[in-house]
Amino acid sequence: MRKFSLVLTLIALLVFAGSAAAAESILVGTTTSTADTGLLDYLAPKILKDTGLEMRWIAVGTGQALEHGKNCDVDILMVHAPAAEKKFIAEGHGLNRTEFMFNDFVLVGPAKDPANIKGKSAAEALKAVEAKQAFFASRGDDSGTDKREKSLWKNAGLVVPDKAPWYIQVGQGMMMTLRISAERGAYTLTDRGTWIAYEAKEQGKSGLVILSEGDQALRNQYSIILLPPTCSKIKHEAARKLQAWFLSPVGQKAIADFKLQGKQLFTPNAAK
Amino acid sequence: MDYFSEGLAKAVQLLLSLDPETFSAVWATAEVTALALAGSLIMGLPLGFALGHFRFPGRRAVRLFMDWMLSLPTVVIGLIVYALFTTRGPLGEWGFLFTIPGMAVGLTLLGLPIILTMTATAVESTDVRLTETLLSLGADRTQLLFATLSEARFAMALASASAFGRIVSEVGIAMMVGGNIKWQTRTITTAIALETGRGEFATGIALGIVLMLVALVVNLFVALLRRRAGS
Repeated sequence: MRKFSLVLTLIALLVFAGSAAAAESILVGTTTSTADTGLLDYLAPKILKDTGLEMRWIAVGTGQALEHGKNCDVDILMVHAPAAEKKFIAEGHGLNRTEFMFNDFVLVGPAKDPANIKGKSAAEALKAVEAKQAFFASRGDDSGTDKREKSLWKNAGLVVPDKAPWYIQVGQGMMMTLRISAERGAYTLTDRGTWIAYEAKEQGKSGLVILSEGDQALRNQYSIILLPPTCSKIKHEAARKLQAWFLSPVGQKAIADFKLQGKQLFTPNAAK
Repeated sequence: MDYFSEGLAKAVQLLLSLDPETFSAVWATAEVTALALAGSLIMGLPLGFALGHFRFPGRRAVRLFMDWMLSLPTVVIGLIVYALFTTRGPLGEWGFLFTIPGMAVGLTLLGLPIILTMTATAVESTDVRLTETLLSLGADRTQLLFATLSEARFAMALASASAFGRIVSEVGIAMMVGGNIKWQTRTITTAIALETGRGEFATGIALGIVLMLVALVVNLFVALLRRRAGS
């Protein structure tokens, strides 16, 4: 009898899950940072309430997300690699690109700070790391964070130290990269969101600290990209509706209200 | 920071509280595994029988090819299936990308060579006299097929168990073709990958324990069926 009621509960759950999926759904191609920080989980119910859209997402590296957009596999893109985005639009894969929020990157490293980068600008910090040949962990996965790090090396007038023995290319997500940095005593570039989540988990025992932050070059701009009409099968109408919500005062406020460990992570900055 | 004890406690908690996210992932895993295993068996058993039973030119080459396919990396299968199912791909019309059936196709490609080669080997090693006896008794081709398959049933059960184990624990195809969409294509393994990426190692271990429990239930069920069948 108990078994039977358990089965009934399960069936009820499945039926419920099935009926909940009846609202119009929209598939967002996005990056791991928006999903891993919990921002999308936080926004999804608000979006459902305000627009009737059920937001689903595929969270991958920016490189893969753009590829999904190119192939019309998602309805809308939410990414953070401005240079790659502009190229994407110029090549005709995207209709338009609207900036709607930013967070920032920080350079973290071992508290001992062997290359003495504390308080330096991003460019100066990387030069110091290179001069000292201190360990530096790179995402190495062509993600938005990875692209930014590569451009920081170039902006500092340096070559990306692709084959240097002290340059550790992880090829994994930010959280794993932070863990590897802590284990190896390496510097790394991280988005603040993942850093806050990581710090909360390690309760300050990781040995890593923020060493360089606030530089304009470390701002991480997120944009929404609409896909062109040549993507005939996707939900253009729903995509416009979702974009409008993110740019509206309600959506912008919801972004500002999202907190991780009591700290605001993303700053809304849609053009008025 | 003891991931194991924390993970174990969390697994119990997820199961007892009937956590909807976990059960959604368990259900997606069950659905996709059942479809892929069915696909592998429906194609793999007759083809495996044919490959093991009949002697035809090029048979060795086919055997070699199928053995080779056992080593096909799952990420590559994932990429191939993605390339086929992407909206602009040759089979984009089907709308299979980021869906359970799409994942099942990819996982069938993983399971099929296992069923096929193991069935072929089992059929090859059944006694040749069986065929001769059956034919002399006037069995037709269909009867011969079923008699041989019945003779090789334990080897085939083993093949199914191996394919099940590979399919249920697969993550590359599930991630690439399924997209790890919450409430839809998130399986236990892609959920583990997600939690690991988030740094929630204990939750990842908890989900791993859940997957092992699901696999145990399936194996117990199969063992029970086997006993019922009187062997």
